[in-house]
Amino acid sequence: MNAQNLASGSAYFIAKETELPVTTVLSVLVDNEPGVLARVIGLFSGRGYNIESLTVSETEHEQHLSRITIVTRGTPHILDQIRHQLERIVPVHRVVDLSVRADELGQSGPIQRELALVKVAGLGEHRNEALRLADAFHAKVTDATTEHFIFEITGKGSKIDQFIAIMKPLGLVEICRTGVAAMNRGPMGM
Amino acid sequence: MKADKQDSDSRPSQRREMTGAEMVVQALIDQGVTDIFGYPGGAVLPIYDELFQQDKINHILVRHEQGAGHAAEGYARSTGKVGVMLVTSGPGATNAVTPLQDALMDSIPLVCISGQVPTSLIGSDAFQECDTVGITRPCTKHNWLVKDVNDLARVLHEAFHVAKTGRPGPVLVDVPKDVQFATGMYTPPEVSPRTSYHPKIQGDIEAIKQAVALMLTAKRPVIYSGGGVINSGNEASKLLRELVELTNFPITSTLMGLGAYPASGKNWLGMLGMHGTYEANMTMHDCDVMLNIGARFDDRITGRISGFSPNSKKIHIDIDPSSINKAVRVDVPVIGDVAHVLEDMIRLLRASSTKPDEKAIDQWWSQIDRWRSRKSLSYTRNKDVIMPQYALERLYALTKDRDTYITTEVGQHQMWAAQFYHFEKPNRWMTSGGLGTMGYGLPAALGVQIAHPDSLVIDIAGDASVQMTMQEMSAAVQYEAPIKIFILNNQYMGMVRQWQQLLHGNRLSHSYTEALPDFVKLAEAYGGHGIRCEKPGDLDDAIQEMIDVKKPVLFDCRVANLANCFPMIPSGKAHNEMLLPDEATDDAVANAIDAKGRQLV
Repeated sequence: MNAQNLASGSAYFIAKETELPVTTVLSVLVDNEPGVLARVIGLFSGRGYNIESLTVSETEHEQHLSRITIVTRGTPHILDQIRHQLERIVPVHRVVDLSVRADELGQSGPIQRELALVKVAGLGEHRNEALRLADAFHAKVTDATTEHFIFEITGKGSKIDQFIAIMKPLGLVEICRTGVAAMNRGPMGM
Repeated sequence: MKADKQDSDSRPSQRREMTGAEMVVQALIDQGVTDIFGYPGGAVLPIYDELFQQDKINHILVRHEQGAGHAAEGYARSTGKVGVMLVTSGPGATNAVTPLQDALMDSIPLVCISGQVPTSLIGSDAFQECDTVGITRPCTKHNWLVKDVNDLARVLHEAFHVAKTGRPGPVLVDVPKDVQFATGMYTPPEVSPRTSYHPKIQGDIEAIKQAVALMLTAKRPVIYSGGGVINSGNEASKLLRELVELTNFPITSTLMGLGAYPASGKNWLGMLGMHGTYEANMTMHDCDVMLNIGARFDDRITGRISGFSPNSKKIHIDIDPSSINKAVRVDVPVIGDVAHVLEDMIRLLRASSTKPDEKAIDQWWSQIDRWRSRKSLSYTRNKDVIMPQYALERLYALTKDRDTYITTEVGQHQMWAAQFYHFEKPNRWMTSGGLGTMGYGLPAALGVQIAHPDSLVIDIAGDASVQMTMQEMSAAVQYEAPIKIFILNNQYMGMVRQWQQLLHGNRLSHSYTEALPDFVKLAEAYGGHGIRCEKPGDLDDAIQEMIDVKKPVLFDCRVANLANCFPMIPSGKAHNEMLLPDEATDDAVANAIDAKGRQLV
């Protein structure tokens, strides 16, 4: 057998070890029909892709369109595959990598927002402190008794993480987060 | 029983009221379907009742739903039409999973209609209930559960559209029993399909121009074609031949693409990949421009990715954008249907003032001829024992001038068939490439024979594979489908045994079949014809007998038990690190794969 092999390091190969994973936000426009979400998440689990956050709701009622926002992590090559594999799903209309689009538009990244409901129970000084901090974070009180508050807070994921961390010692009972909603800046649609 | 009688007696019907079961049959007729493969059961009885009362659709009763699926695949692959299977709920649907995944991986257009328990019982663990759309979601291109009879006609037409367009594949329509009984409005096939599904057919002309420019600079080119050429239709094969003629490029093909370019063509290198020829793999390794037409850089093709054709620029034509850059990074992707892209490509090549570099390509050919002279498919004949390669050489010699279709099971015999049976036309070779389904070949042969009643249909089989779907012999006898099951019987799961020899210290764990049935008696028990052949000298007469018998035949061809399939790229190795038959001593075989390669297989 001839020995002139191993001329690798060539640019044509997928060099998995040299590519670093990045986090990105995908917007997926789909027909709102039974099973469509199962198709999308089944693709992620079946092909071993990550889902860090998932948000879905009908956005255009007359056309029965839903918008799914997925935060995922992978090498650029894998992210490319994810996008193409999503596009193969029959009820999928469009897939846009919002992070890549933001790069193309010369922006730092898409706008990402999350809403959380945070229940805190307690008495005395803890209770006052929780209320003061909620005010500082622009969280709204949506429900309260003399023993608890439910705060509604909106913002970047990192802001909500921080708010939750602060509430922990003040009597945090439960948290519900919506996952990321995202959109690119500027006048153009997805 | 004819595949081509459609159109004449099947004019699309008008909108009118009918039951769901009637709609199923009407939609099949409107889609030009003439033959379906199926098995009745509680949840599809209304549809079977409608089938009973009509004569436009010919129903083939199989003996197991897996057989229905593979038969429909063989039917589809050999005709270019959509294959149709009809199964009941629960076990009927779960038995359909293997052929659905098989069709998905090999891009075979297949429509599966399954019965379901009544909508009011869905989710209640009713008798013969299963979550059919859930189970088949990952093994279909798309699937539907129809809960309203007024959606049924539209969904059925959409199912056919999705199955046959773009990258073809299997689809499933699940029809609850109450929907089959309900009355609603039938709508004929529509021209406007759903808005979210529009596969790209025409290639981007700028990309094609770039591809042509690259091809014209090539000094060591190669064309690597695949199943996409077959799926694109006869026109694509014609254009492929024209392209080879025009450029004098050497051409190799994947397992799935055999027949698109004729094996007798002067530019043919044989199949490439793990058990491909030395010349095909070396040409791929050393080329400077690679033109991939409708293939997908499967791991059985590429060998070790980092050593795959390291110095070439790569052009990739594929209808599925997710195939581009999936396994191998390419320089010029062209997304579109093979026939459409090749048409543009040939037009641009003809119009170009530059021509392919004839002198360099001639030199390239003399290098290729040196590789060819290694005769990598050679084997040692034996006058007492039938060598499997010899059996296939004789089978080819005695059947090549007939109107022959070949199917296979999966294993050594499949690779030998690919190496030693030569195909001149597309759609003549039906094999399970992607999924590697043992038991595919016998029911696939049944499907092919139903589509081509007067042709010679041979399943080249192994003694282990063939037992997985043997029951379809009964269907073949019932429908007088004279399929020929040519079993290369070595009493082993030969490919498993070969791997155990290579990887596991020759410990032949459970790969020997101690209690094989008497295939001759088995054939007779089914009402077919059995032949046994043990000596090379008797082979020609026995094959002739097989051809002449107008019944399904089980041919028990006793071959050398321990023959290995060579040449071979051991896993973890590159194209230029092949194990050739003349180098494959026991020692070389035992040490061919290092510890790292063992993990890959």
